Amino acid sequence: MADHVQLATFGITELEVQHALDRLNVRDVEYADLYFESRISESVSMEEGLVKRAAKSISQGVGVRATAGEKTGFAYSDELTKKDLEIAADTARYIARSHKGDRAVPLPTQRRPTRDLYPIERAKADVATPERVALLNEIDAAARRYDSRIKNVMASFNTEYKVVAVATSDGVLVGDVQPLSRLQITCIAEENGNRQVGSFGGGGRVGFEFYRDQNRHLNYAQEAAREAILNLSAVDAPAGAMPVVLAGGWPGILLHEAIGHGLEADFNRKKTSAFSSLIGKRVASDVCTIVDDGTLPYRRGSLNMDDEGTPTGRTTLIERGILRGYITDKLNARLMGIALTGNGRRESYQSVVLPRMTNTFMLAGNLDPHDIIRSVKKGLYAVSFGGGQVDITNGKFVFSASEAYLIEDGKVTKPVKGATLIGNGPEILTKVSMVGHDLKLDNGIGTCGKDGQSVPVGVGLPTIKIDEITVGGTQG
Amino acid sequence: MDIVRKERAERSIAVSNGGYAQLTADVLAHAKQCGATEADIVVADGETFSVQVRVGAVDRLTKAREKQLGLRVFVGKRSATTSTSDFSKASLDRLVSETCTLARAVVEDPVSGLPEATQLDSDRPDLDLYDETVLGAETQIDWAKRGESAAFSADSRITNSEGAEFDSSSGQVVLANSHGFVGSYQSSSFSLSVSPIATEIGTGAMQRDAWYEVQHKFARLASAESIGQEAARRAVRRLGARRVATNRVPVVFDQATAGSLLANLCSAVSGYGLYKRASFLLDQLGQIVASDRVTVYDDGRMVGGLGSRPFDGEGLATRKNTIVERGVLTSYLLDTYSGKKLGLSSTGNASRSVGESPSVGPTNFYLVPGVKTPAEIVGSVKEGLYLTEVIGFGINMVTGDYSRGACGFWIENGELTFPVEEITIAGNLRQMLRDIELVGNDLAFRGRIASPTLKISEMMVAGN
Repeated sequence: MADHVQLATFGITELEVQHALDRLNVRDVEYADLYFESRISESVSMEEGLVKRAAKSISQGVGVRATAGEKTGFAYSDELTKKDLEIAADTARYIARSHKGDRAVPLPTQRRPTRDLYPIERAKADVATPERVALLNEIDAAARRYDSRIKNVMASFNTEYKVVAVATSDGVLVGDVQPLSRLQITCIAEENGNRQVGSFGGGGRVGFEFYRDQNRHLNYAQEAAREAILNLSAVDAPAGAMPVVLAGGWPGILLHEAIGHGLEADFNRKKTSAFSSLIGKRVASDVCTIVDDGTLPYRRGSLNMDDEGTPTGRTTLIERGILRGYITDKLNARLMGIALTGNGRRESYQSVVLPRMTNTFMLAGNLDPHDIIRSVKKGLYAVSFGGGQVDITNGKFVFSASEAYLIEDGKVTKPVKGATLIGNGPEILTKVSMVGHDLKLDNGIGTCGKDGQSVPVGVGLPTIKIDEITVGGTQG
Repeated sequence: MDIVRKERAERSIAVSNGGYAQLTADVLAHAKQCGATEADIVVADGETFSVQVRVGAVDRLTKAREKQLGLRVFVGKRSATTSTSDFSKASLDRLVSETCTLARAVVEDPVSGLPEATQLDSDRPDLDLYDETVLGAETQIDWAKRGESAAFSADSRITNSEGAEFDSSSGQVVLANSHGFVGSYQSSSFSLSVSPIATEIGTGAMQRDAWYEVQHKFARLASAESIGQEAARRAVRRLGARRVATNRVPVVFDQATAGSLLANLCSAVSGYGLYKRASFLLDQLGQIVASDRVTVYDDGRMVGGLGSRPFDGEGLATRKNTIVERGVLTSYLLDTYSGKKLGLSSTGNASRSVGESPSVGPTNFYLVPGVKTPAEIVGSVKEGLYLTEVIGFGINMVTGDYSRGACGFWIENGELTFPVEEITIAGNLRQMLRDIELVGNDLAFRGRIASPTLKISEMMVAGN
């Protein structure tokens, strides 16, 4: 039988996995799993026109977990011997305070992943370093060619090749190969002592050929250069509450911060989220339908299965303004008695599983984006953003614009300096009055942090109008 | 109770150190065979044990032992960096040859290379970074439970909790290079954090906050009760927060938010941002960059300091650098590479994470305290903001433009009146540093970067 889970990658046998699960499966332990992970990360980076740095990291290990009620026992090790597995299993089951295996475990059934959302040949993903160097050199030239005021170009190309195998006490033994790559470019423009920065990037669970396809790498370079040059003429951003039009794509970070985190099941089980008792209630205007979808091919936030072996899916979070559901992992779905959505994710074998987003976006409406802008007398049009953050408990969230313009009498006018926007999660989407027909997903640059763990995610948005949000500029 | 002293800790560490000394020597020798002209290697290993308690019950126990080896080679003026957690001979042999191949694939960088052999550290002060105390699970659970329970008892409005966490860890770092440098040190860490949630009677609106402490030595930790009580006080005082009208006012940064401002200064003086022309403090050495009340040190040799270490990520001795003296920028933070790019010497601030080439990091980076109490500083404000938390990433290090989400308290006639939230504060870091009008007397280290309370004469606060 073909080995779908690549246990050989980790130098262990199915029998050893079975023994470790037996050891974990004691009275009071309701669920246990082993997560094997091998990861090769590579990067090359360029600055001052020189590709000076190359790096490669190799890590491998196993995370062992047992849960009993709300309790989790967790241990991990970078050694994968039978002995290390036993020590980790004994540590993890400490939580259940039982001393030996006293229950039979079902033999896990080897499962084939249900689909392949990112079928990339290893050979394609793993191109030789000189090809990566050449890519970065072309980027440097393209950015400088865009405008002579571009004085420095920094670019990095990162790839990750991850092989995982998950064995669980509820009978799953399944593996996945998860490629991931990202190209990131930052340009510095200078003119008469005025220095400005512009950034652009993209990627996904894609091979190297993706970046040369349609000259994406050169387009990214031009976008980064364009933003830096544009910011040379940016005026001070306005301060105070005003209408804001968000462009499609990456500004979907709004959804990630304003509602996504607040709908992760762990916060709601603990009743520490501002959304805790709002299922079935209106939290957005009826033009808003928002989903989390881990099944989009080649996307940065996509996965064939989550890190508990559950196939990912598409979960409706908000349907025509009404809060429909949470995103879950096994622990929280079991404790809350709600559906498993395939959102149990972890940064690595060294971290515990948490409910996390995959690709989170708002479905398209039917309005022309130009009409949306035309409807604003005085406000802000925000096209690109840096990061965002949310306080789950009081619902306050921020996200910071890096490319934005004033809207005056229905027209996009002057570029403004970056500014942070702040709002209240359960309230902000009730102020969305217009939704465009131009849904766009971001280019594949998002990394989400929670409890110190980073995982790749995607966001998406059509052009929308928020009737009022506080803009943190300097001009009163 | 179940605190055990590891009597043979010294000996067992010495043995494992000896093991790494051989391993690092072997890897360096192999790198030379593969054509490396220079190389350095860093090995880090450690153990961690973490306990999380929530609403009186154990939520999660995590135990781990990990190790990692990082290798940097130079083939002439070309270099590459790699890392692995697999220390088997076969794996390390492969790593060495791959690293040399990788180095040959990048271009020559005339500035690259190890520090000069004569610069390498020789004195090894005991900085008091290590405590051999090993805490059992029951002790850590007890600390976390007492911390959380103190928060619940402190105020009836504390109704829920994100939990309390007690972490202990210990480990060692070994650094060796082809100039013959071999150094190592051990360190340990003990921390407790408590994150309670307060609920407003009537509206049901919730607010969270947290308090924590971290120390190298277990015995230096404040009591679990005092940490829990402070966390509760901070969460409860936020209840009833509201927006304020958009206005230009003085802003008083408390210790935590002043620390974040100092972290921005720290990034701006980092050599890497400077030679890439990506810092708002470019070409400002010797010039006035802050008000004359501002003096900032970076001290790698502070005994017991959370950022202290005997040598930096390249093996250079750490030291005390004056970064800003009465408002004048006197030094950047540099390692060998960024120093050479700027025509300067390393300041002993190379920071090395195992899988990466060195960059620059602070050791204990702090603003020297003044004489005013925080209450006196608040008392000097007729109308303004007392800032207790900033969120988001709205800082442009190239221009200094600053715009962040904020919460805190509104000051009227020198008194804190009501809590505020869902507002932003905005300005430019260049101006903000010059506008530091008062410096508090309340410096306290809760991390590697610390500042007393600061008053900035005016910023734009945006609300409704």
